[in-house]
Amino acid sequence: MHEYSIVMSLMEQCESLALQNNAKGIEQVELKIGILSGVEPVLLAQAFDTFKLDTVCHNAKLIMNIQPLVLECRDCEQQSQVDERTIICPICNSNNTLVIEGEDMMLMQLVLDT
Amino acid sequence: MCKDCGCSITHDHVDHQHIHGEHHHGQLHSNPQLNDKKTLAVIHKILDKNDVEAQHNRDHFKSHHVTAFNLMSSPGSGKTTLLEHLPQYLEQQYAVIEGDLETSRDADRLIAKGITAYQIQTGSACHLDAFMVHGALHHIDLNPIDICFVENVGNLVCPASYDVGTHKNIVLLSVPEGDDKIEKYPVMFRRADVVVITKSDLLPHFDFSIEQAKQQLDRLNPNVELLVVSVKDSDSMKTFAEWIVKNQEP
Ligand SMILES: Nc1nc2c(ncn2[C@@H]2O[C@H](COP(=O)(O)OP(=O)(O)OP(=O)(O)O)[C@@H](O)[C@H]2O)c(=O)[nH]1
Ligand SMILES: [Mg+2]
Ligand SMILES: [Zn+2]
Ligand SMILES: [Zn+2]
Ligand SMILES: [Zn+2]
Repeated sequence: MHEYSIVMSLMEQCESLALQNNAKGIEQVELKIGILSGVEPVLLAQAFDTFKLDTVCHNAKLIMNIQPLVLECRDCEQQSQVDERTIICPICNSNNTLVIEGEDMMLMQLVLDT
Repeated sequence: MCKDCGCSITHDHVDHQHIHGEHHHGQLHSNPQLNDKKTLAVIHKILDKNDVEAQHNRDHFKSHHVTAFNLMSSPGSGKTTLLEHLPQYLEQQYAVIEGDLETSRDADRLIAKGITAYQIQTGSACHLDAFMVHGALHHIDLNPIDICFVENVGNLVCPASYDVGTHKNIVLLSVPEGDDKIEKYPVMFRRADVVVITKSDLLPHFDFSIEQAKQQLDRLNPNVELLVVSVKDSDSMKTFAEWIVKNQEP
C-alpha cells in the first residue's frame, strides 16, 4: 500500500503550494496517473480520503485522469495510444518503441480557495 | 456516474471522487469560475522530493566510486541467498543495505558470512524510499567497497514506484512463482535492467517456461537482459557475477 506514502507526498506539495499562493484551502486536486506508473487509482483515492482530513485538502475533490501509454515507434515512426500494458506498436507490431506517456504520476492542477 | 465513460475502474465507495479516462466529461466537472477560486496549473511529479533525494544518494555513491544495485522481488525469491553466495564469484567488495518490515534476520545472515550489511526496518512501509536508503548510507563505510546492493522489501508492487538512488535495478523471479508474474506485475518488470530467474535447479519440478518469460519481457521491456540462476549451479552464479562487473559505473 505505497499509495499512502504517495498521498503523503502529494499533501506536502499541496500544503506548500497553498502557502505560496496565500490560499485558504484547496477545492480540487487534479492528477495524471499513468497506467504503468505503479499506482492503483482506487487505493490512491481511499488514501486521499483518509489523509486529507487534517490537511489543507480537507474539502478537496480528487480528480484522477488515467493516462494510457503513448508510444513512439522507431520503426514505423508513428505515435499511438495503447490501453494495454504493452509497449508493442499497434501499427507495425514492433517493440522498438519509446514510451512517451503513461509511466508517470503527476500533480497537474489545483483549484485554490483564495 | 463515471460508469458510462469507459474507464474500467469501479469505485462505489468513493462517492465524490472521480476517476476519469483521458476524454472529457463536458460540463459535468467544469469548475464554476467564482471570483475567489484560482486554478493553478502545476505539473509536478508527485514523488519529486524522493527523486531529488535519490539523485543525492547517487552522488554519494559516485563520490566513492561505488555502483549501487537495487534488488527487488516478491518475498522469498532468493535475494538474500544470492547475496550470501556471491562473494565466492566476485572479486569486488560489496556491502548490503537490507530493507525489511521487521527483524534484522537478513542483515544478520549476511554479517555471518562476513559481508558488511546494514538493516533498515521499514515498520509498516512496504518499500524502501530514497530517504531511508540515505539514512542507511551514513552507517556504511563506502570507502573500502566497490558495490552496494540494496535489498528492497519483498514486494513486486510498491518498490517499483520509488527510485532509491541506485544505478541499476535487478528484479528476481523464482521458478516456483511461475512465469506469469511478469505479465501480472508489469511495472516492476518494466523497471528492470536485468531479470534473474532464480532457483533454476527447480525447473524440472515446475511448469515454468523460460521461453514464456522471454516473450512477456519482449512486450514490456525488450532491452532487458535475462539470466537464469541457481545458487547450486556455479556456472550460473559466475554469469550473474559477470553481469554485475559489466554493469559497474565507469
Ligand atoms: N532450490 C533453491 N532454493 C533457493 C535458491 N535460492 C534461494 N533459495 C531458497 O529460497 C528461500 C528464500 O530465500 P531468501 O534468500 O531468504 O529470499 P529473499 O528474497 O531474501 O526473501 P525476503 O527477504 O523475505 O523477501 C530460502 O529457503 C532459500 O534457501 C536456489 O537457487 N535454489
Ligand atoms: Mg531477504
Ligand atoms: Zn504497498
Ligand atoms: Zn510501429
Ligand atoms: Zn547525504
